[in-house]
Amino acid sequence: MAPLSAPLEVGFDYTRSLGPVLGRFMTGLRDRRIEGVRGSDGRVHVPPVEYDPATAQPLSEFVAVADEGTVESWSWMPAPLEGQPLAHPFAWALVRLDGADTAMLHAVDAGSPDRMRTGMQVRVRWTPEPVGSIRDIACFEPLEGPAPPRPDPSGGEPVTMVTTPVHLHYEHSASEEESRYLRGLAEGRLLGQRCPECGKVYIPPRGACPTDGVPTSEEVELPDRGIVTTFCIVNVPFLGQRIQPPYVAAYVLLDGADIAFLHLVLGCAADEVRMGMRVEAVWKPREEWGTTVANIDHFRPTGEPDAPFESFAEHL
Amino acid sequence: MNTDIAVVGFAQAPQVHRTSGTTNGVEMLVPVFQELFATTGLSRREIGFWCSGSSDYLAGRAFSFVSAVDAIGAFPPIIESHVESDGAWALYEAWVKIRTGEVDTALVYGFGKSSAGELRRVLALQLDPYAVAPLWPDSVSIAALQARVGLDRGLWSEKEMAEVAARSRADGAANPHAQLGGAVDVAALLEEPYLADPLRAHDCAPVTDGAAAVVLAAGDRARELCERPAWISGIEHRVDSPVLGARDLGRSTSAAAAAAAAGIDGVTVAELHAPFTSQELLLRRELGLSDAVRINPSGGPLCGNPMFATGLTRIGEAAARVMDGTAERVLAHATVGPALQQNLVCVMEGRS
Ligand SMILES: [Zn+2]
Repeated sequence: MAPLSAPLEVGFDYTRSLGPVLGRFMTGLRDRRIEGVRGSDGRVHVPPVEYDPATAQPLSEFVAVADEGTVESWSWMPAPLEGQPLAHPFAWALVRLDGADTAMLHAVDAGSPDRMRTGMQVRVRWTPEPVGSIRDIACFEPLEGPAPPRPDPSGGEPVTMVTTPVHLHYEHSASEEESRYLRGLAEGRLLGQRCPECGKVYIPPRGACPTDGVPTSEEVELPDRGIVTTFCIVNVPFLGQRIQPPYVAAYVLLDGADIAFLHLVLGCAADEVRMGMRVEAVWKPREEWGTTVANIDHFRPTGEPDAPFESFAEHL
Repeated sequence: MNTDIAVVGFAQAPQVHRTSGTTNGVEMLVPVFQELFATTGLSRREIGFWCSGSSDYLAGRAFSFVSAVDAIGAFPPIIESHVESDGAWALYEAWVKIRTGEVDTALVYGFGKSSAGELRRVLALQLDPYAVAPLWPDSVSIAALQARVGLDRGLWSEKEMAEVAARSRADGAANPHAQLGGAVDVAALLEEPYLADPLRAHDCAPVTDGAAAVVLAAGDRARELCERPAWISGIEHRVDSPVLGARDLGRSTSAAAAAAAAGIDGVTVAELHAPFTSQELLLRRELGLSDAVRINPSGGPLCGNPMFATGLTRIGEAAARVMDGTAERVLAHATVGPALQQNLVCVMEGRS
C-alpha cells in the first residue's frame, strides 16, 4: 500500500526591521520616490546596499534617482506564479534607473514578449496605496507616450519595518512505517515496529532505528495502556490551544514499547500526575476515527500502583 | 595535521521525479549508506565525522535534517554537523575537519525531496528578503535573465544551449541513476515553446528527488579503504554579490577565482553543477576549459538535479572516474544561490 500523504500548507508573515539604509529606501517608496546610495567608487546602488561592496564601510550618502530607466536583461513569464507582481503574463527585468549604476529586479507589464527588448526604456507604475515596500512599485511599463500624472506623495512617519507574507504549499508524505501506524489507528489499533538489530520497539515506528540506522520491520501490536515517564503542566495559553490550562502534556510509554510518545493526561487534577503513574487511552467515539493519534482523546489514570522508577529509567 | 585527503567512496540514490518517501530522506539514505559501507568495508562506527547538506525550506518544516540523522544510527552519540546548503559545502567542512587531524574519515551526504513543494517558488526564499524575495521571482526566471545577458552579448546562442542539452541527454542514457537520458534532436528542441523566454524546458534541469553520499579519508587510511583513491589536490569556494543587478551576469568571477585557487590545469573530465544549459556554457568560459575536457559524462544536472545533493554528486561522479581508473585528474564544481552566485571547485587526481 502506498504511504499516506496530505497537503501541508506553510504560511507566516515575515516581519523584519529595516535599519537606516533600507528604512530610508522603503520610506522613499512609500512617498513615491526612489533613492539609492553612493558607494566609495562613486557608483550609485539601487536598491541601496548597507555596506560598500569594495571597502565594506557603511554607506550613508543617499542619491535620488529617476523612476524611469533602461532594461538590461529580461525574461518572459507566460504563466505567473502565486505572489508575483502581476497575475497576467509579464516580463521579469533588470532595470537600471536613470542616475543609478546598478539594476533592480522587477516586473514589466508589456503585454507580449514582442514588446520587450534589451535597452528599452521603462517607467515605474506606482501602486495606489503605498506602504513602504518594494511592492509599492506595482511594476514597470514601457515608456511610450507622455508620463501619466504623478500621484501625490503620501507622507507619514518613517518606515522602519517590512512584512512579507510567505505561503508555501507542500505534499507531505509519511514513511511506509508511519503509514502502517496511522492506518492502524483508523482501526483502533496501536502498531509499533521492532528494530531487527537491537530489538527495540518503536511507536510510532521509524524509517530507521536511531541506534542502528536500519528500518524497523517486525510489526508489534501494543496495548492502549502504559505509564507516564515524564510530563509538564501547561499553564500558558497559546494560539490554537484546544484545552483550558492548566493541563498535563505527558510522555506515555505503552507497555511493551521502548519509546514514549507525547499525549494528554486528563481525568485527574494536574498536580496529581506523577512519573510512573499508570494510564490508559480514552478513545473518541468510533465514528470520529481517522488516520490520526487524535483518535485517542487523552489518557486517564487507571488507579493501578505506580511503576517503580527503575522500570522506566532507561526510557527517559 | 592531515594533508593528504581523498574521496574513497561514492553512492547515490536513483534520481527520480518524485519519491513516495519522506522529506527527511531516510528512505533514500539508508540504502546509499549500506552501499558505501559495502564498497569501502567501513562500518558505521568507524566514521569519524558526519556532515550533511539539505534545506528546511525544501522540506517545508524546521530542523528536518535532524530526522535524517536516524539513517546514520546516531546513538551512542556521533560527531555530526549540517550545512543549509548543497552537500558539496558539507564536504568542504568535512575536509577541514580531517585537515585538523581530529578525525581521519568522514561521511558526507546531501539529500532533497524537491517534488514536495513548488521548487521554483521555494528557491525565491534564498533571495534578498527586503527588495527581491517579496516579488517572488522564481529560479527559472532568474536563470533566464542570465541566459539573455549571454545571448545579447554573443557569448552563446540558443542552438549552442540546445547542443548542451542534447549532449547531456545522450550521456544521461548511460547513467543508471539519471532521471533523463536519450537521443534528442537539436533542431527539434529549438522548435519547442519557451518556458521562460529565452529558456525552453530542455534548458532547465528537471525537478528531481535524490540523495548522494561520499566518504573521505586521510593518508594511509584512504589507501586501506580504496585501491585507487581520488586525492583532493585543491578545493576552494568563492562568493559573488547576492545583488543580481550589481553583478555582471555574463560572468562568474567567483567560479573563475575558485578554479584558479584550486588549480585546475591538466584536468580531462569536469563535472559541472550547471542546472541550466546557458550556465554550463558560462562556466566553460570562466573556468577556461578547452574542448578536450569532457564535461559531465554522467549527464550532469540537466539529467537529474537532486537539490542539495547535485553538487555533491558532481564531486562523487568526478571522483568515480579516478577511482575506476578512467581519468587521472578531474574537476568537480558545485554552486548554490541565484545565477551561480556561490561556487566551489574541487580538483582530484590519482596517484601511483
Ligand atoms: Zn535498533
